Amino acid sequence: MLEVIGKVAKVIGPVVHARGVSRAKMLDLVEVGDYHLVGEIVKLDGERAAIQVYEDTTGLAPGANIYSAGMPLSVELGPGLLGTIYDGIQRPLEVIRDQSDQYIQKGIHISVLDRERSWEFTPVIEAGAGVSGGEVVGTIQETGLIEHRALIPPDMRGRITWVADAGSFRIDDVVCRVEAPSGEVGEVKLHQRWPVRRPRPVRGRLPLSIPLITGQRVVDTLFPVAKGGTVVVPGGFGTGKTMIQHALSKWSDADIIVYIGCGERGNEMTDVLISFPELIDPRTGRPIMERTVLIANTSNMPVAAREASVYTGITIAEYYRDQGYHVAVMADSTSRWAEALRELSGRMEEMPADEGFPAYLPTRLAEFYERAGMAETLSEREGSISIVGSVSPPGGDFSEPVTQHTKRFVRCLWALDRQLANARHYPAVSWLDSYSEYVEEISDWWQERSGGEWLELRQQIMDLLQQEGKLQQVVKLVGPDVLPDTQRIILETSDMFKNAFLQQNSYDRVDMYCTPEKQIKMMRVIIDFYSLGLENIKKGANIHQLKRMEVYSDIMRMKFSITNEEIEKIDKIRDKLHRSMERIGDMFD
Amino acid sequence: MENKVPEGREYIGISRVAGPLIFVNGIHDVGYNELAEVIDAQGKVRLGMILESSDNAAVIQVFEGTSGLSIPDTRVRFIGEPLNFGVSEEILGRVFNGLGQPIDDGPPPRVDDLRDVNGLPINPTARDYPRKFIQTGVSAIDGMNTLVRGQKLPIFSGTGLPHNKIVAQITRQSKIVGEETSFAVVFAAMGIKHDVARYFIRNFEESGVLEKVVLFLNLADDPSVERLVTPRTALTAAEFLAFSMRMHVLVILTDMTNYCESLREISTVREEIPSRKGYPGYLYSDLSAIYERAGMVKGIEGSITQMPILTMPNDDISHPVPDLSGYITEGQIVLERELDQRNIYPPIAGLPSLSRLMKDGIGEGMTREDHAHIASQLFAAYSHVKDVRALAAVIGEEELTPLDKLYLEFGERFEREFLSQDEYADRSIVETLDLGWKVISTLPKEELHRITAEELSKYYGQ
Repeated sequence: MLEVIGKVAKVIGPVVHARGVSRAKMLDLVEVGDYHLVGEIVKLDGERAAIQVYEDTTGLAPGANIYSAGMPLSVELGPGLLGTIYDGIQRPLEVIRDQSDQYIQKGIHISVLDRERSWEFTPVIEAGAGVSGGEVVGTIQETGLIEHRALIPPDMRGRITWVADAGSFRIDDVVCRVEAPSGEVGEVKLHQRWPVRRPRPVRGRLPLSIPLITGQRVVDTLFPVAKGGTVVVPGGFGTGKTMIQHALSKWSDADIIVYIGCGERGNEMTDVLISFPELIDPRTGRPIMERTVLIANTSNMPVAAREASVYTGITIAEYYRDQGYHVAVMADSTSRWAEALRELSGRMEEMPADEGFPAYLPTRLAEFYERAGMAETLSEREGSISIVGSVSPPGGDFSEPVTQHTKRFVRCLWALDRQLANARHYPAVSWLDSYSEYVEEISDWWQERSGGEWLELRQQIMDLLQQEGKLQQVVKLVGPDVLPDTQRIILETSDMFKNAFLQQNSYDRVDMYCTPEKQIKMMRVIIDFYSLGLENIKKGANIHQLKRMEVYSDIMRMKFSITNEEIEKIDKIRDKLHRSMERIGDMFD
Repeated sequence: MENKVPEGREYIGISRVAGPLIFVNGIHDVGYNELAEVIDAQGKVRLGMILESSDNAAVIQVFEGTSGLSIPDTRVRFIGEPLNFGVSEEILGRVFNGLGQPIDDGPPPRVDDLRDVNGLPINPTARDYPRKFIQTGVSAIDGMNTLVRGQKLPIFSGTGLPHNKIVAQITRQSKIVGEETSFAVVFAAMGIKHDVARYFIRNFEESGVLEKVVLFLNLADDPSVERLVTPRTALTAAEFLAFSMRMHVLVILTDMTNYCESLREISTVREEIPSRKGYPGYLYSDLSAIYERAGMVKGIEGSITQMPILTMPNDDISHPVPDLSGYITEGQIVLERELDQRNIYPPIAGLPSLSRLMKDGIGEGMTREDHAHIASQLFAAYSHVKDVRALAAVIGEEELTPLDKLYLEFGERFEREFLSQDEYADRSIVETLDLGWKVISTLPKEELHRITAEELSKYYGQ
């Protein structure tokens, strides 16, 4: 039996005030009322406490008992996380469905990981060795894709007195015993618990230098993110936040994806659940579900659990980072998380700051994004967490608090543009408003693969887009015909770049993923179109002659007519472009 | 009342009345969100819901309003359970008020099961992904913003725009091509005018579906607090019909703006901290608890397709009600005043309208293989038309390049031939797509980058 630590005094939606509270600690997990609804203590005041409850409180009455769970809100970490979908407080939704019907009833208490399933464990250390927290005890093939590395819990150290032989174990089985210097013997099981609000320790932080390749051209080429980096993606409704998050979960070259659907649509999670097991990762040939953990707290699920969901997700990400993996966390949408904070804060009658959000919103955002980074793990491996957080600004207005504060704590911004989305130009990442501070840090990687050209090509394109932005102001007033052809070629090249390069169809079999090599080749062709075209125009050719070249429509279609495996065909297009340009040039020599 | 022994616990006298809320002291053991009966001096019973429950006080929201309640004479009885709606197939063809009490002259319908109107969240793993194309016969929807079964697709309208006509047309014409299934319509009216309600009822009658319709009416002169449960009661009926009776249910919720205003009213009376425009901070969560009750469930035949209507105050799409709705629903059909003024029906705005589930419901075997590309091309071209028109307004049409003049012509044809259709015209998807090709063929082939070469040779200029 759990210990009773107080009684319900008042119920206002997801916030329960308690009285007669003794022996409770801040952020302790509690269970409330006859249904044993899960909650967390968020305020202590004498013998009174405020509890945020992760489940629907309908029917809860004053006087009901509050029980202590004796620990803070924690996640269970071990093999079996991958391929599973959890709610905001890590309850496996598939098991819930199998036990009841299509609805999520309240007061469900079930095990996070499958306790009956056995795993093939292979030890990698021997008895007698000295170990410290975070070291690898042994390995388990968790999915076809990922080798799970069972770790010594971070707070344990000493000498190994016994380690299990290779064989089948369940997650509650002890696989190793460690004798601490004090003589106390600790048991290492195939699972461990960790409080979600406390970052898991690492040995140190490392500089960022490798890009997270996403296969999305606008991201990789114009606004790249490093492994261990942070990105914010703000955009009004319908601008494609979720589409970007889905594309990255599918195609980015992270080892592990943690997808947090925070306060979003139920059908979006269903979409992921149905499509991911069928999608094959281009690098490994395995279904991408094998590297994915899903956290789904949809908009109609209890608001307090929405608040917890991002912490649940990031802690799971840290666990895989500690095993030496590169993890990408998709948080969609952090605005819903911030709104959950606002709602809970309002119900606790705290003094509001900007637009009703609590004054500690920026602190919480900073704490969350700082859990990203490239790190040397306790087992001296390299692991990273990248965070891509989407923001849903009210009315699409980026001056609102969540967008503004998040921008302070991340180093890359993909601003989604309403006009682009309306023209069905996806991904609707604005090339004028977005930025990435990672370009320099990761440029070596690209320079190596592009014969040292990448930085320059990228800069040329950025310059053209900037100039085009200015010229468009003129065009809006007088029309493009008035501009000299030396300027019109800037418009045409930018137009080509937008349609043939930046715009990418995530539902087209070929276009949905674009390798870095293909991106470099495509960019070269487009830059050549500009520089050769400009030369010809200076000789006397006009813009219409350039647009009438047959190769023009080859360039416009190369993104979906040429697959990633046959990119040498782009070289042929480039040759054809050079020949066509020469012919035009010859006419004026 | 006189000789009746009260069931549940009854308290005499309340401590305060503020707008639609009453405050009761000296009580105990009252559950949050549960139901209370509020009895006035004349013995008339009104229903209320507990918004806040503490050790010896409760805040109750009274659905039928608080007029005529006095502090000493009002009695409150706590039922001990949340608001329920009694379901059985006999609800079909009946008219209820927002609380689910029958208001036509018929006998009370049989009750097979009592269901909590608040519903429960559907487990995402139990959902089936909607991908079955619904042909509405309206080109702007079928061609450009395809509706699929189980989707929640709202209409963002403005005062004076023909949203009712469009929804009536959709209810008349909607079908799954090549399939005969049992369907039903659940119609929830929140704060709309009597004649609007009558318009819909007459429409259901004319198309002979009235016995397949369940109506929940909370009209403009009915108590506004009742609006807060009207959509919930209606969706409880819809869930029963869809998931227990296995019917395909179309739910029309009109007008969600009125619903949100009632929510704001209550929030203000409770002195809660407002967020934008005085609406409470939990408006998003509250709306999602309504909109998310749409969809399909694995292994169960039925479905709930939602078509909420909301009027954008001052035609402003960034107003909190359309804005938050757009973040929850799977797209939106936006009506445009300018098109309406030019007498184009349906005045469905080309660019801001969107159907998020379209991608999975179209293409070979569902509509036609060229659907995605032609739709995308129409969007892109029409978006350029808007730029050209802006330019033409500055420099004059004569000064436009020949290509831009073609774009103007395309824009005109797109609006007059493709978008525009009669209120009773029921176009098949093939007609719609062919029409799309007809108007896009105004433009030279070289401009159509979003269409493959094969599609061009098959359909261009045909």
